Amino acid sequence: MSQQGYVATPPYSQPQSGIGLSPPHYGHYGDPSHTASPTGMIKPAGPLGATATGAILPPGPPPPGPHQFGQNGAHAAGHPPQRFSGPPPVNNVASSYAPYQPSAQSSYPNSMSTSSVTQMGSQLSAMQINSYGNSSGMAPPSQGPPGPLSATSFQTPPQPPQPSILQPGSQVLPPPPTTLNGPGASPLPPPMYRPDGLTGPPPSNAQYQSPPLPGQTLGAGYPPQQANSGPQMAGTQLSYPGGFPGGPAQMAGPPQPQKKLDPDSIPSPIQVIENDRASRGGQVYATNTRGQIPPLVTTDCIIQDQGNASPRFIRCTTYCFPCTSDMAKQAQIPLAAVIKPFATIPSNETPLYLVNHGESGPVRCNRCKAYMCPFMQFIEGGRRYQCGFCNCVNDVPPFYFQHLDHVGRRLDHYEKPELSLGSYEYVATLDYCRKNKPPNPPAFIFMIDVSYSNIKNGLVKLICEELKTVLEKLPKEEQEETSAIRVGFITYNKVLHFFNVKSNLAQPQMMVVTDVGEVFVPLLDGFLVNYQESQSVIHNLLDQIPDMFADSNENETVFAPVIQAGMEALKAADCPGKLFIFHSSLPTAEAPGKLKNRDDKKLVNTDKEKILFQPQTNVYDSLAKDCVAHGCSVTLFLFPSQYVDVASLGLVPQLTGGTLYKYSNFQMHLDSQQFLNDLRNDIEKKIGFDAIMRVRTSTGFRATDFFGGILMNNTTDVEMAAIDCDKAVTVEFKHDDKLSEDSGALIQCAVLYTTISGQRRLRIHNLGLNCSSQLADLYKSCETDALMNFFAKSAFKAILHQPLKVIREILVNQTAHMLACYRKNCASPSAASQLILPDSMKVLPVYMNCLLKNCVLLSRPEISTDERAFQRQLVMTMGVADSQLFFYPQLLPIHTLDVKSTTLPAAVRCSESRLSEGGIFLLVNGLHMFLWLGVSSPPELIQGIFNVPSFAHINTDMVSIFFIAFMLTIVKQREQPEMVFRQFLVEDKGLYGGSSYVDFLCCVHKEICQLLN
Amino acid sequence: MATYLEFIQQNEERDGVRFSWNVWPSSRLEATRMVVPLACLFTPLKERPDLPPVQYEPVLCSRPTCKAVLNPLCQVDYRAKLWACNFCFQRNQFPPAYGGISEVNQPAELMPQFSTIEYMIQRGAQSPLIFLYVVDTCLEEDDLQALKESLQMSLSLLPPDALVGLITFGRMVQVHELSCEGISKSYVFRGTKDLTAKQIQDMLGLTKPAMPMQQARPAQPQEHPFVSSRFLQPVHKIDMNLTDLLGELQRDPWPVTQGKRPLRSTGVALSIAVGLLEGTFPNTGARIMLFTGGPPTQGPGMVVGDELKIPIRSWHDIEKDNARFMKKATKHYEMLANRTAANGHCIDIYACALDQTGLLEMKCCANLTGGYMVMGDSFNTSLFKQTFQRIFTKDFNGDFRMAFGATLDVKTSRELKIAGAIGPCVSLNVKGPCVSENELGVGGTSQWKICGLDLTSTLGIYFEVVNQHNAPIPQGGRGAIQFVTHYQHSSTQRRIRVTTIARNWADAQTQLRHIEAAFDQEAAAVLMARLGVFRAESEEGPDVLRWLDRQLIRLCQKFGQYNKEDPASFRLSDSFSLYPQFMFHLRRSPFLQVFNNSPDESSYYRHHFARQDLTQSLIMIQPILYSYSFHGPPEPVLLDSSSILADRILLMDTFFQIVIYLGETIAQWRKAGYQDMPEYENFKHLLQAPLDDAQEILQARFPMPRYINTEHGGSQARFLLSKVNPSQTHNNLYAWGQETGAPILTDDVSLQVFMDHLKKLAVSSAC
Repeated sequence: MSQQGYVATPPYSQPQSGIGLSPPHYGHYGDPSHTASPTGMIKPAGPLGATATGAILPPGPPPPGPHQFGQNGAHAAGHPPQRFSGPPPVNNVASSYAPYQPSAQSSYPNSMSTSSVTQMGSQLSAMQINSYGNSSGMAPPSQGPPGPLSATSFQTPPQPPQPSILQPGSQVLPPPPTTLNGPGASPLPPPMYRPDGLTGPPPSNAQYQSPPLPGQTLGAGYPPQQANSGPQMAGTQLSYPGGFPGGPAQMAGPPQPQKKLDPDSIPSPIQVIENDRASRGGQVYATNTRGQIPPLVTTDCIIQDQGNASPRFIRCTTYCFPCTSDMAKQAQIPLAAVIKPFATIPSNETPLYLVNHGESGPVRCNRCKAYMCPFMQFIEGGRRYQCGFCNCVNDVPPFYFQHLDHVGRRLDHYEKPELSLGSYEYVATLDYCRKNKPPNPPAFIFMIDVSYSNIKNGLVKLICEELKTVLEKLPKEEQEETSAIRVGFITYNKVLHFFNVKSNLAQPQMMVVTDVGEVFVPLLDGFLVNYQESQSVIHNLLDQIPDMFADSNENETVFAPVIQAGMEALKAADCPGKLFIFHSSLPTAEAPGKLKNRDDKKLVNTDKEKILFQPQTNVYDSLAKDCVAHGCSVTLFLFPSQYVDVASLGLVPQLTGGTLYKYSNFQMHLDSQQFLNDLRNDIEKKIGFDAIMRVRTSTGFRATDFFGGILMNNTTDVEMAAIDCDKAVTVEFKHDDKLSEDSGALIQCAVLYTTISGQRRLRIHNLGLNCSSQLADLYKSCETDALMNFFAKSAFKAILHQPLKVIREILVNQTAHMLACYRKNCASPSAASQLILPDSMKVLPVYMNCLLKNCVLLSRPEISTDERAFQRQLVMTMGVADSQLFFYPQLLPIHTLDVKSTTLPAAVRCSESRLSEGGIFLLVNGLHMFLWLGVSSPPELIQGIFNVPSFAHINTDMVSIFFIAFMLTIVKQREQPEMVFRQFLVEDKGLYGGSSYVDFLCCVHKEICQLLN
Repeated sequence: MATYLEFIQQNEERDGVRFSWNVWPSSRLEATRMVVPLACLFTPLKERPDLPPVQYEPVLCSRPTCKAVLNPLCQVDYRAKLWACNFCFQRNQFPPAYGGISEVNQPAELMPQFSTIEYMIQRGAQSPLIFLYVVDTCLEEDDLQALKESLQMSLSLLPPDALVGLITFGRMVQVHELSCEGISKSYVFRGTKDLTAKQIQDMLGLTKPAMPMQQARPAQPQEHPFVSSRFLQPVHKIDMNLTDLLGELQRDPWPVTQGKRPLRSTGVALSIAVGLLEGTFPNTGARIMLFTGGPPTQGPGMVVGDELKIPIRSWHDIEKDNARFMKKATKHYEMLANRTAANGHCIDIYACALDQTGLLEMKCCANLTGGYMVMGDSFNTSLFKQTFQRIFTKDFNGDFRMAFGATLDVKTSRELKIAGAIGPCVSLNVKGPCVSENELGVGGTSQWKICGLDLTSTLGIYFEVVNQHNAPIPQGGRGAIQFVTHYQHSSTQRRIRVTTIARNWADAQTQLRHIEAAFDQEAAAVLMARLGVFRAESEEGPDVLRWLDRQLIRLCQKFGQYNKEDPASFRLSDSFSLYPQFMFHLRRSPFLQVFNNSPDESSYYRHHFARQDLTQSLIMIQPILYSYSFHGPPEPVLLDSSSILADRILLMDTFFQIVIYLGETIAQWRKAGYQDMPEYENFKHLLQAPLDDAQEILQARFPMPRYINTEHGGSQARFLLSKVNPSQTHNNLYAWGQETGAPILTDDVSLQVFMDHLKKLAVSSAC
């Protein structure tokens, strides 16, 4: 695997000497030399990047650009004096708006609807920022009187909600930039003043920063900013609201927080989502054009496969690849695709066609083995075809011959799915089967931890009861009467109990395997049975299990042997399958995979923190390999009441394409519905077994790195014991060579798998992307949601090898790089202090901040290690929609719900300021669900939901029967649980650290400015 | 001489003892010149319906190294209430309970007719008998069915409070828990992994509650419900359960592909059985009963791989050192056998298969622990069924004819030392003053453990006369030997049987005739045979034969009357007359000859030879042949080819086989159906007579012999032809076509030739 690890951006991913010399460092993480490299690209913005698709944050000076910016600029220019002169920022803001109001009003909707330019002028007046261009302007007291252009010094505002000014500017340019107009810098704690790369160390530097950090890298600038918010470094730097403790005296000048950055003025994810919905929602999206950008994941539309795979299956970070690797390096935009091969297709879209070529099997290119697809070009009257991927010319097999029409298309073009569709399935021949034998139908094995605590708290009984009903709903092919999936049962504590539930038995037989050191399957016949046939015996067994162990006092459990047993059972039965393990404790019994409690909070925030995310022993790693080799997927339901080492226990589920569910401190009355729901969904969901995925690309680039619930034994074959409809694999691409704008970049993802009925199939997804030698095209075609999916996965993967601090730095750096590159090359020239965001990445900063604030990346001892490991793992297999929701939760004002309408109310931004005392809000992130009740929420609503007269009567322990699908937590305003809820208000400053959106934006801006200089 | 025969017979009946010499040569030198060692066949539990056990404990000599039991040979001072030990001459006070002792009021152990006496011990808790079935499930369907029925039947034969357990094995080993309601539960072990006793006990959850009493006797399970009670349950409690469980027992479900043997984990199964009992009921009478239908094919103790194309080892392979699993397997089973013996349990092997089952490797399990070994073709034969049933036959008291956990302690007077023992026993390594340095059989000890024994189990015990030539024993002096057998009676009582015997000394130089006359050639033959077989287990066959020959020649030289270099003059006295013939047949017997026998068969024959009493042993050495004809009443005839005549029916008993052989004419008559004609009823009776006699033997013998009914020219006639003395062969053609018997197609020498050579060598001065 690539050493470059998580890093995606071209400059970083280039092999560099630094990497070669320091193998322990993955990619540029931890390698300062990389972070310095971008400085090379910093040069004064060219005059007028006329094509600027971006947002400009105009600083004081009127931009020299086109006159449409004039107003904006002029307006902005008007500010500085005000900013520093007068205390009434609100007025100021108000007044500054006034003149432009009409135009803003008119242009704003327009810009939104066309996804074009949004200009936002914003005075980040509350912050003291050094303009790099003119650091000399930084007066020691940081009065920031700087000329608008020269030095805009900001100081961190004393209030968390950063006041700022949003100025929706009129926009004209077709590739419309979003302009965030402001001084163009973010709040910088003293250490962020860069001594290097600037004209000279500003005097302030010495003052603000007790130890000058001469070698400080660009990346290093950010963490202190974080430190501001997080107490862990408070000693050296300011705590957030207090301003800079180091230099408050200097900073606390009049210019302090006069103007606040208005949160409404910075790009709003909600707004972006709503705009896309408004423009593309409900429409038909036909995938007939190469490189077209699909609607956002949050937008509902009908997708018609016309030659490219539906975005439900593949989403790319950009739909226009740079032609050269230099370009890619320059932009640093990761080139990646998030592939969800088994994504659920809504009923109003056509399911995948199944192509059956009989014994001859799929038609494939002789050289690169790509499967027949719309990218194959038929020539010579249809006798031969040229592969779109490797350009090899192949003979058309005789059985497949067809004449061509006048445009060179086969006559049967529309009759054959593989010629006209982006996604389809092939029936695989025996050559594609293990040992050239058709596979047996898969099996599900249920493995229940029957140790003392699970018996005691009734969990075992709950599971056994539920299995009786849920087994009725084993997945089956549409045309089949009953499911072909066989089931088996194992219980375990310190030893394993296998059950013979053969249909002809009067009573089940239990076989105890005590040799956990070398576990084996004690029976063959009767272990895996057809549920329908053995129903009575199985019910008999499930009735007995809770009683059978009622007297057991066994507290110790094993874990690795359990998986081993299930895997061996599947191996013995010669079928793929899935293990459902219901486990609750740290496996401390003497056996392979025995774990000890190693939850050491002292490691948090050190270089050794990564150890906490690594498995404790390599037993699980090799076990996972075995499992994948035998098509055994493991889904784990964890019910921990204390530390159980999720990082170790979860490894096998992750690598085998299973799912990890975690119910901390499981309480029967509160959590059982959630668990049962998860169980049902997991059993019923569409799944393919024993899968192997191969991503082929046209010449010039190739897939280099894969993230997800996968295992790779070589660099190309992605092996998955199973893959279900919720699992996505993120694939990163790199250039091999130049790409041509004509032929574009083609991707074919083929998944060979076994269906639930035991049929071997190939699922093919094809996607064509554009190529361009213009950076602007690249930026135009980016998709932030997919980018974030990639960033999250690559960062979470890198956690295993690198200090978190480094990873956070890199994330910030890369964000800044991408934006700076845009700013430099694509945006219209403007003052350096303007923050200009490409339209397609408008919400990248807020999303990136969400990622940085995720508990996985936050090194905080308050957060449970298990929870971090769990979320890390969760994200690794997420699709774009899931990751989008996970990092930026949906906050729905329930109180505005129109009962008559079927549509949900529009979501609001995740910030406390959006909550109202009189409202009820539902927050969802796909994992948790909160119902927040304002202190004065309408009694009639409360009556309706809780059937109690008022807010005060609500008992938060009770679970509303209306919300059985999720672990719903009811949060009352101003009560203790609100703290937890607050963590999900991701635009605010985090409870455990993590900056607010505004702070982060400023920080990024500062980084960009540094880069540009 | 009749007196000696009577004396011998009387001694055997009373004490279960047969000595090779009934008058003992009084010096070491003379004794060695006697060629046949001073030895005896001792049947510790010789059935004595007339001997009720006494209800008290024996009085022991107070000398710690002696501890001989008070016996009729002791000198008693009734007034002083003292008795002198006749082995160490220690003077001992009678215990208080013997206060009323006097010449007329003697305790039983002092009366001469109680030279054998049995004491019943009251102290110590009694523990029930334990039967642990270890069942192979890799059997053919009907075989398994038959076995299951036999096992179910056996439950009804067990005493209700006996504990039973069940282990089944095939590819895996399953230990069945017997007390489960609603679900049948078993612990499963991999068949390829050897486990220590500790591991087995841990895995079975037999964590012992601290048991200080374990040293003494295991407590009754009722009082201390062992965890093990899950696996070993009283029959009366789980009778139904176990019957059902056995009924539901399926063949090993793992597929056996073409050309493969089923995977059979006998080694691990036995290991687990041993470990289970070791951990739960040490030093308690227990039988591990292994029922196997084929060779162990995997794991420790495997005898052959699972590839059918590679046959199981033969003698040929063993000689060529081609039996690649043999040594390892033997070692495994020996280790198990020793552990079992140490725990006082015994292992039975019931091996029923057409091919070999690895008895060669497993033999020590039965040999060292006193278990039974039964070999048959199938579990679905009467041979197995009846043999198995016979194990549970009861004596006149309603007790099983089996005993457990015996120790045999032998004490000798000073002129004698113990050289060793041969039989179903292991040494307890008790070195004492009466232990010789020269070992014959299992030596170096004066005590042996016999974990399982029945009423006919017989040990050969060898002695050495150590009295020096220059220290003559006074006239009339007698040597004494005491056998003290502690054992667990099948009624679960502990008992001690004490047999004390004495024989006269004689100076071989002056009283050789006495000694000669007191020679018990039958006992001597069997004792020599045991020595020979014992050696054959560890030495090359020809060496053993040469050793036997040399011994025979030396004996003839010593006791024959002849003129030097004149073979014709050679004579042996009556008391020696049969001995050479025994040796002749012994040389040809399957105990020493492996030709035509598989290693398993050899092991099986040797196993039984080493434990049967004298009568049976003699039959094994020299089979008995009876003739039935119209010429007279049934009569024993010479085991000679000349006895095979056309108008005779022959009945041969070789112990392992009962052969009925119809002469040519008889066979033709029968074929013609004369027996069904009323006018030839006498022929019918003639045909019936040997059948009835055979039936009688079949009923009495354990293990049940193979019953062969054949006729002239029948393929199975080989059983007869291979046994008889080949006096007529294709080599001495003069007999061809004459009505003098049947020629045997063999190159083996006949008895006549053997005797001629023997005489020649005996009279020769060269050797």
